[in-house]
Amino acid sequence: MKYVNEYRDGRLARSLAETITRIADPAKHYHFMEFCGGHTHAISRYGIEDLLPANVRMIHGPGCPVCVLPVGRIDAAIALAERPEVTLCTYGDLMRVPGSHGTSLLRAKAAGADIRMVYSTLDAIGIAEAEPERQVVFFAIGFETTTPPTALAIRLAAQKKLSNFSVFCNHVLTPSAIQNILESPDVRSLGTVRIDGFIGPAHVSTVIGTEPYNFFAEEFAKPVVVAGFEPLDVMQAILMLIAQVNDGRHEVENQYVRAVTPGGNARAKAEVAEIFELRKSFEWRGLGMVPYSGLRLKEAYAAFDAERRFGIDYVPARDNPACECGAILRGVKKPVDCKLFGTVCTPETPMGSCMVSAEGACAAHWTYGRFRDHARRKAS
Amino acid sequence: MSPKAYRRRLDIKNGRVDLSHGSGGRAMAQLIADVFHEALDNEWLRQGNDQAAFDVGAGRMVMTTDGYVISPLFFPGGDIGSLAVHGTVNDVAMAGARPLYLSASFIIEEGFPFADLKRIADSMGEAARAAGVPVVTGDTKVVERGKADGVFISTTGIGVVPAGLDLSAEKARAGDRVIVSGTLGDHGVAVMSKRQNLTFDTAIVSDSAALHELVAAMVAAAGSGLRVMRDPTRGGLAATLNELAQQSKVGFRIDEDALPVKPEVAAACELLGLDPLYVANEGKLVAIVAPEAAAVVLAAMRAHPHGRDAAVVGEAVVDDHRFVQMTTAFGGGRIVDWLSGEQLPRIC
Ligand code: SF4
Repeated sequence: MKYVNEYRDGRLARSLAETITRIADPAKHYHFMEFCGGHTHAISRYGIEDLLPANVRMIHGPGCPVCVLPVGRIDAAIALAERPEVTLCTYGDLMRVPGSHGTSLLRAKAAGADIRMVYSTLDAIGIAEAEPERQVVFFAIGFETTTPPTALAIRLAAQKKLSNFSVFCNHVLTPSAIQNILESPDVRSLGTVRIDGFIGPAHVSTVIGTEPYNFFAEEFAKPVVVAGFEPLDVMQAILMLIAQVNDGRHEVENQYVRAVTPGGNARAKAEVAEIFELRKSFEWRGLGMVPYSGLRLKEAYAAFDAERRFGIDYVPARDNPACECGAILRGVKKPVDCKLFGTVCTPETPMGSCMVSAEGACAAHWTYGRFRDHARRKAS
Repeated sequence: MSPKAYRRRLDIKNGRVDLSHGSGGRAMAQLIADVFHEALDNEWLRQGNDQAAFDVGAGRMVMTTDGYVISPLFFPGGDIGSLAVHGTVNDVAMAGARPLYLSASFIIEEGFPFADLKRIADSMGEAARAAGVPVVTGDTKVVERGKADGVFISTTGIGVVPAGLDLSAEKARAGDRVIVSGTLGDHGVAVMSKRQNLTFDTAIVSDSAALHELVAAMVAAAGSGLRVMRDPTRGGLAATLNELAQQSKVGFRIDEDALPVKPEVAAACELLGLDPLYVANEGKLVAIVAPEAAAVVLAAMRAHPHGRDAAVVGEAVVDDHRFVQMTTAFGGGRIVDWLSGEQLPRIC
């Protein structure tokens, strides 16, 4: 626990905040995007916004694996679970994600589908072994951090020759999504917000390292600081980004030296490369089709691919047309700019991806920050 | 029916509940006699009526009922039996009342081992005796395998509020202090540490306890200076304060630095992606107290073993939006909102 407290020290935070205020040039505006929902959550939960000077703005990016899963893939998972022979294993926070027509895995389970919450991929393997008469499908989602455990499960299933285990793969890649925020066709229609730098997620970089961002920092001339999820980590990353902007630098820096290396975890990367390959394109909720941003199982492991085993035909489904998620995920709009925010769309009844998990921008603002809107309204 | 009518006792060690134990026949009578009457024994149960008759003193009666469906049934620091006593005693006590009697209803799944049932009944009896609040009447039903999760228990409690005392959820006023009786989240984390698939090692035990004596000490110290009391069970302190904010039409402002949380609990929550503010407690209370009474209430609480770690954690404020706001350890602000759905461990 001492380990955690060190990164939550209020006094340290205040002195960091003072340094930030001191070095932030009052003549400049700083716009930084934290890509990952984990950072969004930390910023909201610890009220970090209140500690930053007015000319430093944090923009919440799309990096919540639950939020970016498109409706069509939730629908596909529900359809899979409704097959009588299938047991669908999933992580808990996927249960409430809305599919189309007001469905969710939670509702499908209540209606009789065999859906089981697991805490690791190995739990799903265990179920497949214990119940050979069931077709056990692991509903795999997440960024680079959750991909290696899925790879491990597939390798294990292959070794054990499990014929009743498969994976519905929805793993996605962080660098391609960040790139998409800056250069996708939507940028033309939605417009852009100025982004002067990015905070990259440390847990992703413990696997992929910091190197994948080098090209990006070069190409787009944007600084990237890979940072941990403790509130002090985030504040330090903000400080590092301001320093880079002030110096006119655009480099990849590593705030999280306690676990992240430039090259990442070679074993995990090899494991993933052995089993997965890139999809040409993968749909993200709120971002649309993003080229080379998702993974699927390689031919050699086709036997464990639920999409092939059950012949899943992917049908994209539309979000609510009034939902502003696309603009919010790109930082062009704020949650309160959406007409549905807090009226029809709340964490109990999410209409769009940003409200789905606690790490989404709309949910984080609703849950932790909306008192500021009222305070602002009163003031004006 | 007298238990003496049966020569052979139940095979508590190896036997299991079957449908005949809920049929109303001899097997059921034997189950009740050998397991429940023995564990919960008191003069009212011994009378063997379908109800209990007793005198009550003057004052306002309080009545409450609650169902216990916890999984796992046994957890570090307690089990469903003691919990069913403590939880209902506390619900009565939160009115400032002295709890008098309990009733208990058991719904048992076919196949449930006698040994576990006896363990639960014994722990219930022990908790009731320790609290001085007997279980005076009850009911037993057996349902088919798969229609329940081992055992469900419902308990009803009654008590009497001393004359002149009137605590109620709409009585918080801006300026009142928020006091919690001790560390938050112990129960929820203890239970979770034993959940299937989630087993992790921890020294944390449930705080499950009967709080009526602590309440009596608070009433003696402050009387009408107490406005509201509530036990922050499911949904934790966050849910309790949000409920009270709605009912009293105020907001609350709490201070993260002042919240008592054991380091082990904070660490476990961190690991699971949970927030101790939302985690269940079973032996803690939240009191909203008039500002001038806060010091004496706090002193009285700290003098009692169940209130040793009591702390003032915030105050009620004027707020049309009924927000519960928190000053974070960082000095920033945030809302402490209702939980949406269940708090689930996150994936990344
Ligand atoms: S408030 Fe709801 S509908 Fe609007 S952008 Fe956010 S998630 Fe989408």
